[in-house]
Amino acid sequence: MSMPYYVAPEQAMKDRADFARKGISRGRALVALRFENGIVLVAENASQSLRKVSEIYDRIAFAGVGKYNEFDQLRVAGIRSAELTGYQYSRDDVDARGLANDYAQLLGNSFTHGMKPMEVEILVAEVGIDGGHDDQIFHIMYDGTVIDRPDTCALGGESDAISTRLQAGFSDGLSLGEAIKLGVSALSGSDRELSASSLEIALLERNGTRRCFRRLEPSEVDAVLQE
Amino acid sequence: MPVFTPGDDPGADFPMLLQRSGYGPVNLPPGSTIESPHATTCVAVRYDNGVVMAGDRRATSGHLISHRTMEKVVQADLHSGVAIAGAAGPAVDMIRLFQVQLEYYEKVQGSALSLEGKANQLASMVRANIPGAMQGMGVVPIFAGYDIRRSVGRLWAYDMLGGRYEERDHVATGSGSLHASTVMKVGYRSNLTRDEAVELVARSLWEAADSDSATGGPDMVRGIFPVVATIDSDGWMLVADNELADRYRTIISQVEGSTS
Repeated sequence: MSMPYYVAPEQAMKDRADFARKGISRGRALVALRFENGIVLVAENASQSLRKVSEIYDRIAFAGVGKYNEFDQLRVAGIRSAELTGYQYSRDDVDARGLANDYAQLLGNSFTHGMKPMEVEILVAEVGIDGGHDDQIFHIMYDGTVIDRPDTCALGGESDAISTRLQAGFSDGLSLGEAIKLGVSALSGSDRELSASSLEIALLERNGTRRCFRRLEPSEVDAVLQE
Repeated sequence: MPVFTPGDDPGADFPMLLQRSGYGPVNLPPGSTIESPHATTCVAVRYDNGVVMAGDRRATSGHLISHRTMEKVVQADLHSGVAIAGAAGPAVDMIRLFQVQLEYYEKVQGSALSLEGKANQLASMVRANIPGAMQGMGVVPIFAGYDIRRSVGRLWAYDMLGGRYEERDHVATGSGSLHASTVMKVGYRSNLTRDEAVELVARSLWEAADSDSATGGPDMVRGIFPVVATIDSDGWMLVADNELADRYRTIISQVEGSTS
């Protein structure tokens, strides 16, 4: 009679983490940062139709890197959860923290119990009503770890280097143009340039209306980068 | 967090998601009827740049006026609106579900429904209320909007069973609709301007309120006026109360002294 293989839990978790990390690091990165009037999300994305950044609710945005079908499934689950809460109670009762916790449960569960861990890292951002002090950015890892990022956040391949560049250039009260340029230069590094056609940029903006999410057209991105 | 397997996924259908999440419709036991507030007259008319929608503010329970400030004409999304007559409770609920569904679809699919798609969506919600309609809780909406793809305003009328009828010029629903649509039929001509269209709907609601006890007229004492909105290529825009007050003062001055 053959005995089943024994794999130490440490080894099993490490194997899974390595697997997820490898998948995530293959993809292009994205960043989020606060600016004077909200939060801007900048993603490196060659496609103009397969989105990495999208709207979840009135003041909440979602962004994902890694395997497209997996983070898109999470995006739709987030919209569903938010809309159900908003319909059942009130639109005021939907917040990013609750969503981030739900995502953490889902990802954590899939990491420890699933056939394979999800090869994604996601971000949930919420723009505050009064001012920058209640803007929120949550970074959720493939294993369900949630990190609260006060000002900036980088996800995906080479995110450590990108994050260092982003934090070095960040200060409170950046204008939209400055924030976009910082995000783009943090993504590209010093040895290459990113054009509008390979960028996907969206905002959560304190604009006085209910829906704060807005995508920037390539022409608008071009205009900012040319400044 | 709701996650479904691929073959089992409710897609961009929010009412279906609600059902799957355990918030199904509430059905009255067969044969029972409930006396509940009813909302009355709403109209819509096409003009050269879009559509105007309008509705009175009264809700009634039998002979009792249960609300003086009900809003029966509401924005559905950027370029469309919905107006309701019938049982107020189910109608308000239907509008809320309709608004959520339009935005939900847009977010899940990444693009908004076409105007015709929205009209069909509303039809299926009216159809879902057939059991209610059989027990005196019917909802009869009007849907109107600006079709961006065709650059034209469009109108739809419905019946209680979910029948959907696109109208070319004007439409009315509710207990005062006979009087309101007569006024519009007589006053309508092609290519009305925005001002002429607002005048026409204001007058049609005046006549409806004048001859139908369940329809409320302008309340000059409390400053309550019908909800009137225009929808054109720039989207939904409410007509301000002071503009309506001026129009109704003119109408009142014309009626003063007459006895019919």
